[in-house]
Formats: sequence, C-alpha cells, structure tokens
Amino acid sequence: MHIMEGFLPPAHAIGWAAASLPFLVLGLRSVKRTLAAHPEQRMLLGVAAAFAFLLSALKLPSVTGSCSHPTGIGLGALLFGPAAMVPVGFVVLLFQALLLAHGGLTTLGANVFSMAVVGPFVAWGVFRAAAGGGASRSIAVFLAACLGDLATYVTTSIQLAWAFPDAVGGFGASFIKFAGIFGLTQVPIAISEGLLTVLVVNAMARFNAHELRKLPVMAMENKA
Amino acid sequence: MNKRSWMIWSAIVLLTVLPLWFASAPPAEPGAEAPAIFGGADERAQQAIGTVAPGYEPWFEPLFEPASGEIASLLFALQAALGAGVIGYWLGTSVTRERARREAAAAAGSHAD
Repeated sequence: MHIMEGFLPPAHAIGWAAASLPFLVLGLRSVKRTLAAHPEQRMLLGVAAAFAFLLSALKLPSVTGSCSHPTGIGLGALLFGPAAMVPVGFVVLLFQALLLAHGGLTTLGANVFSMAVVGPFVAWGVFRAAAGGGASRSIAVFLAACLGDLATYVTTSIQLAWAFPDAVGGFGASFIKFAGIFGLTQVPIAISEGLLTVLVVNAMARFNAHELRKLPVMAMENKA
Repeated sequence: MNKRSWMIWSAIVLLTVLPLWFASAPPAEPGAEAPAIFGGADERAQQAIGTVAPGYEPWFEPLFEPASGEIASLLFALQAALGAGVIGYWLGTSVTRERARREAAAAAGSHAD
C-alpha cells in the first residue's frame, strides 16, 4: 500500500496530507486522553503499536505471485479506538519513508490516510457491526482486522486510480488495474492478519483482563 | 496453548507458505518486462502507473536510500525486531504475573485451612 516517493502529482499529495492532518491531531489527543485516564494501559498501547511495527515490516508471499505486508492496525483500533492508531501508523510510515525509501514524504499524507485512517476506522466500524449483530468476540475481531487491512489496500487503489485514470476507461478501468494488484494480493494476507489479531486479543483477555475490563472488545463474552 | 490456537497458527502458516508452491509470476504489463515472482506489490503498482501514464515523471526523490538490498532488509528486520521485542516483553511479564498471582492465591488458600 506504499505509494512510492514522488508518485502522486503535487495536488494529490497536498490534498491527502490535508485530509490526514486533522485525524493525526485527533489521534494524538485521543492517545493523551487514554493515557491520562488509564495509565495502566500504557503497556498495552505499546503492544498495539509494536504489533503494527512488526506486521508492517513483514512482506509475505501471496497467491498472485507478489509480496505484500499486513498493517497490524486493527488490533489497536479495537482496543483504543480508531483515532489512537493514526499517530502509530504515522510513525511507522515515517520510519519507512525516511530510512527505507519505502513510501515517501510527498506520499506520506496519502499513505497515512489509507493505512492509519481508513484501516482503523473500518476495523472499528466492522467490529461494532459484527458485535451488534451477535457475532462472538473472535469472529468480530477476525472480521474487523481482516476487512480493515483489506480496506487500506482498496483505498490505495482508489488513490492511484484517481491520480492516474486510464486514457480510455477512466477511473474505473484504472481502479480495476490497481485493485487487481493490491486487493487480490492482500486477500490471504488480510486473512492471516485477522487470525493473528484474534490470537493476540485472546491472550490479552487472559492476561490483562483487569486493565482492559472497561474496553468494549473485552466486555464481550467469548462464545465461540 | 489450546487446540483452537494451534489450528489458527497452522492456518496462518499455511496461508503464508502455500503460495510459494502454487503461485506463478504475475502477468506482464503491456510493453514492460514480466515482473519477478514474489516482487513487491508496491513495485508492480509503480510499473502499472508507467503503463497508464507513460509520461509521468516522479517529481521527488527519496532523501535517503538504503545502500543495498542487504541494508534494506537489515532495516526491515530492525523494525520487526523492535515490534517483536516489545510484544515478547509483554507476554513474558504477563505469564510470570499470572503464575505469581496463582501461587499467591494457592498460598492464601492453604493458610485458610
């Protein structure tokens, strides 16, 4: 989902940065508030951030014959709310842009928007919908992390199709092309991320029940 | 680890390992060389931009590029190690804390008798 340095026209680069900035401010406030109200959750916030660091460094092979990486963003979004993961995703993407030439500074806004804004908010929304619909905690967590991951890559495809519409088929044809690269490659990887997130949430439910008892994800009895 | 956790771990490993045998190289973009098998999706998207908008020139270069593929994988490994280190620390302290709590509860229970 990393759009390479310089690969978005300036107007798009500035537009996506402007779109991401308010979420980043919102996210920093949200993290500050969480830590002030629940200092005992500091360690788990660190684990959620570490999960995103670890997973987004792993480029896994996929059925399309390409490699891509999970985002690890869904876990933190379920625990601390979607806004909290915006600064985390920002730090990961900045690290990769500055040191790895992976993504870039000009495309940072667009990459933050797909991975650290759309990803966590979709994960959060899916979790609420699934939990409200009576799914067990494991199923709701799986769907949330999996679809949040996938939504990030669909967003990248939209961003690229918008910036580079096909000469004949326009936005639609271009979107199909990019979604064919990003979306299909991501399907098995998103499933893996969903499964891994379930394992971590189960471990947290076992070890950190006390710190997490007020969080909605833990309030759910694990039926399955 | 319970049976369900084992099943989930196996599924993750299979989902990651099976493509190594069953996937073939992605199709070539018209007018471009076929992409290498298991290259990055990001690079494929970059090639696709080249076919959709052949005249597009990236207008900004990375400030710093890893000197080689080895250096890049070193930095990726460092990123993963940072994450795994924190998670390992959390798991370690959690397991120890739970054991201490159980032993304390058992000790308190034997006192009561």
